[in-house]
Amino acid sequence: MAKKKTAMDSVKLARDPKRPHIGEFIKYVCSDFEELHGDRLVNDDRAIVAGFAKIDDEKVLVIGHNKGSNVDENMASNFGMANPDGYRKAMRLAKLAEKFSNSIVTFVDTPGAYPGDTAEARGQAEAIAKSLEFFALLKTPIIVVITGEGGSGGALAIAVGDKVLMMENAVYSVISPEGCAGILWRDGSKAAEAAEALKITASALKKLDAIDVIVKEPAGGAQNDHKGACEAVKKAILSALKEVKKLSKDELVEARYAKLRAMGNFSK
Amino acid sequence: MGWFEKKEPVKIPPAKALWAICPKCGSHFEKSVWKKNDSICPKCNYHGRLSARERIERIADKGTFEELFSEVSYSDHLQFKDATGDYRTKVESVIAKTGETESIVTGKCDIFSHKVMLGVMDFSFMGGSLGTGAGERIARACELAIKERRALVLFSASGGARMHEGILSLVQMAKTSAAIGRLKDAGLPYISVLTDPTTGGVSASYAMLGDINITEPKALIGFAGRRVIENTIHQKLPDDFQSAEYLEKHGFIDKIVERKDMKRFIAKMLDFWGF
Repeated sequence: MAKKKTAMDSVKLARDPKRPHIGEFIKYVCSDFEELHGDRLVNDDRAIVAGFAKIDDEKVLVIGHNKGSNVDENMASNFGMANPDGYRKAMRLAKLAEKFSNSIVTFVDTPGAYPGDTAEARGQAEAIAKSLEFFALLKTPIIVVITGEGGSGGALAIAVGDKVLMMENAVYSVISPEGCAGILWRDGSKAAEAAEALKITASALKKLDAIDVIVKEPAGGAQNDHKGACEAVKKAILSALKEVKKLSKDELVEARYAKLRAMGNFSK
Repeated sequence: MGWFEKKEPVKIPPAKALWAICPKCGSHFEKSVWKKNDSICPKCNYHGRLSARERIERIADKGTFEELFSEVSYSDHLQFKDATGDYRTKVESVIAKTGETESIVTGKCDIFSHKVMLGVMDFSFMGGSLGTGAGERIARACELAIKERRALVLFSASGGARMHEGILSLVQMAKTSAAIGRLKDAGLPYISVLTDPTTGGVSASYAMLGDINITEPKALIGFAGRRVIENTIHQKLPDDFQSAEYLEKHGFIDKIVERKDMKRFIAKMLDFWGF
């Protein structure tokens, strides 16, 4: 008999290098993708990919963390850990999407924002803060898909939207299980316990109303069938888009605020 | 996110009851000297931490502070437990010890007769961490400020999001930033004061979103913790890394304001903008 899947099993699946990454989502979910580069300030951050594409007949801006699928790609894209430049690129292009009434779809998959000295010097905190404010107020539909690791502020920076979808084996957390175990258990090897306590799996987050939709994965996990996994994601995106596009732009922004506002019922 | 990254413990001499030690330069002073100097190091000018109540006393016109939203406190949606016990017990003991019920105190007050909405974080409450209760207080403060056309002034002091409240603490970053964005869109000023320390999810949300961001000398401000960064880049970081002065130099802080000038400076900006 198969034993019950633990939170740490999900963490392992979410981090599986063979899992579909932004390249696969662009290939199997979108068509006519045109990548656009740069933040117009200092850099083109390869940890975040952005560009315009179609999903069936929907014209969208795609924004996604880019972990890379082999060592060379991992290095080039900094394992999906974005610098401030990545978030500023995302905002620049999102502004264009708003201008031309394109919807936005984000694919979230990062261990976290890059903890580096140059990232601090260029304002990592400011870039993430600005992103949160910016996407909360943006007058165009935003669909968020958490596809792998939703790592803390670096994930949240592109995860503010009208519908938050989450793949069945993805995780989304305020801190990595290892980081949390190191602090609260004073023992990094207690990550499995921390993962359980933090409630980071799609099913646990759905119960907390932190996400809207769980997207089922092919048997054993998305790494076994990229195409099948992407088809399910595509279907979920189109259905979420259809729903949010019923609202006017003003209603949309109000509903997005109401959604954030309801996060964390504060009564004891 | 960084609030947990404790510095190497300072070696405290046996006579600690008598001595205050500056955490920045290590100088020893008699406690009375430190207190008399308003918790500012007489040698290096590091502006030490104050409790929320001490801060309010220095900023609000006497007798004008009216606390709001104190009925909002923490929530334990995860029923979180770690190796040392459960979150609820831990936070209740902090409440008993500090007399505060969240990491931020919010309310209305006058600042040299300017009507403002004030929020002041207290680092001694769970490291000033941002949980659902603190996020809710900030969101409510923004909404009431919009309704009453008040300027918003927030003093931050925090290690970041409160991990015991899991994802719901993380999303408070987005919730508060959205509320701040709406306040700014309504044409109201938001002055953010980042005090020592302001890091992690709080620096990466409302604290960095001020129409102006100001701070005190030598405050620690940053996103990731120093040790995490050193381990990532395999280099030792300079002493002034993530200091108020470093942030100003890199363009993320409008001004470093001495504690004795803080109230007057805030009032001057509000006056200039007609609030």
